[in-house]
Amino acid sequence: MSWKDELKPLGIIIAVFFAAFFLPVGIYRFDNALTEGLELVKWYAQEHVLLCLVPAFFIAGAIGVFISQNAVMRYLGAGAKKIVAYLVASVSGIILAVCSCTILPLFAGIYTRGAGLGPAIAFLYSGPAISVLSIILTARILGPEIGIARAVGAVSFSVIIGFLMELIFKKDEAERSAQIHLPEESSTPRPLYQTILYFFFMISILVFANWGKPDLQQGVWWTVFSLKWIITSVSAVAFGVILVLWYSHQAWKIGLIAVVSAMFAYMLPTVPIIAFSAGFIGLTWSASTSGEENGSWVYASWDFTKQILPLLLMGVFIAGFLLGRPGNEGIIPNEWVATLVGGNSFFANFFSSIVGAFMYFATLTEVPIVQGLMGSGMGKGPSLALLLAGPALSLPNMLVIRSVIGTKKTVVFSLLVIIMATISGMIFGMI
Amino acid sequence: MEIKVLGPGCAKCKKAEELVKQVVDEAKVEATVEKVTDLMQIAGYGVFGTPAIVINGEVKCVGKIPTKQEVLNWINS
Repeated sequence: MSWKDELKPLGIIIAVFFAAFFLPVGIYRFDNALTEGLELVKWYAQEHVLLCLVPAFFIAGAIGVFISQNAVMRYLGAGAKKIVAYLVASVSGIILAVCSCTILPLFAGIYTRGAGLGPAIAFLYSGPAISVLSIILTARILGPEIGIARAVGAVSFSVIIGFLMELIFKKDEAERSAQIHLPEESSTPRPLYQTILYFFFMISILVFANWGKPDLQQGVWWTVFSLKWIITSVSAVAFGVILVLWYSHQAWKIGLIAVVSAMFAYMLPTVPIIAFSAGFIGLTWSASTSGEENGSWVYASWDFTKQILPLLLMGVFIAGFLLGRPGNEGIIPNEWVATLVGGNSFFANFFSSIVGAFMYFATLTEVPIVQGLMGSGMGKGPSLALLLAGPALSLPNMLVIRSVIGTKKTVVFSLLVIIMATISGMIFGMI
Repeated sequence: MEIKVLGPGCAKCKKAEELVKQVVDEAKVEATVEKVTDLMQIAGYGVFGTPAIVINGEVKCVGKIPTKQEVLNWINS
């Protein structure tokens, strides 16, 4: 028996023991923070999981299966025109960056074999910020204003940062060969209008089911709000018809789902979540029994759920514990947050950019964290700065990037990200 | 035969590696299965997505987990 190997578990046990021994149970601030964490998880579970996250996972899964990634990646190859490559790289995150399996290998691929350093950087920077899941969650939790600012900021700054990187490192471009292998198509090609309508109605279900209650009880927003379940139902019916006509679902299954959902909606009109859930449970059943393609759709959506949901809820709990729900306090006093990142000073923006650049956020957890920070007094400028610098970079990520482009370029890239995030935070804070 | 499974360590890549190892075991062929996680090495094969499978230096599939039958076909041919 080697005692040396036992040192690590021993250390862990001792640490846990002391943590438990001095556990501050009963002290108001600690107990309150625990409650805040649990309350926030509950709020997410009640308000966001079924209506927002589940459809979002279905959409993300469908993007992976039904949209040809090949067609996009072709524009990132060595033969592509530079300007096209930049534009495609800056926006393609929305359909390519749905999985962590894609971002880093594709970044390395574009850099060494494809369109080069600039577009590779542009993709790396904008990808995590504009993946469909993060757009949806940011807009839903933090509000459409900051959701849009995040997407626009990420896309425009990705081009600028990529371009600057290429300008700075003009000389040492990696040697490239034209031989690249693109992922195989997983689905049979469809006419474009079918794909567009398919996604249009799926997104429409998501948007209208989550339509927020406006402050004013009149006007267009209020009208839409009062009709939200009708519009959602109409979209769902249209989506069902599309599934039967073009996506080889069986008519009787979709019909059955529609009848069951309508029944729940009729019997429990005040709890639309039940009818909604019946709809997507039925959809899962119909899709998983309607051929290989629809099966992969369900599988891809399930894969995202499995990967993201547990981490996200854990992140939500931690955010609630540390920072409390909006309007309440967690373990960290609100004044601290307000002092460091309140308002819109240069320091506040700069500080949150630096923290964002080094800290690691599991997929999407930046959203509850920023929500907690904003509730504790963070300004909206610094919030955007954190959202822009956060998911694109982290200390572990820097090390991986360094293995691809080297130390010098990684340092310059990180600096550019921090500077750009600071600037865009200050601009957004002023608007 | 030299089989390489390229992937930075995501869930799909691990599944692809397990599958290849299983097929190699079952088919009782002489083959080494190696997992390549280094991004530069992965990019060196010119693949734009992972998991990817390379057999004797030839890229066989990119961006998806192959089926058992596909792997079997590559090994036997």
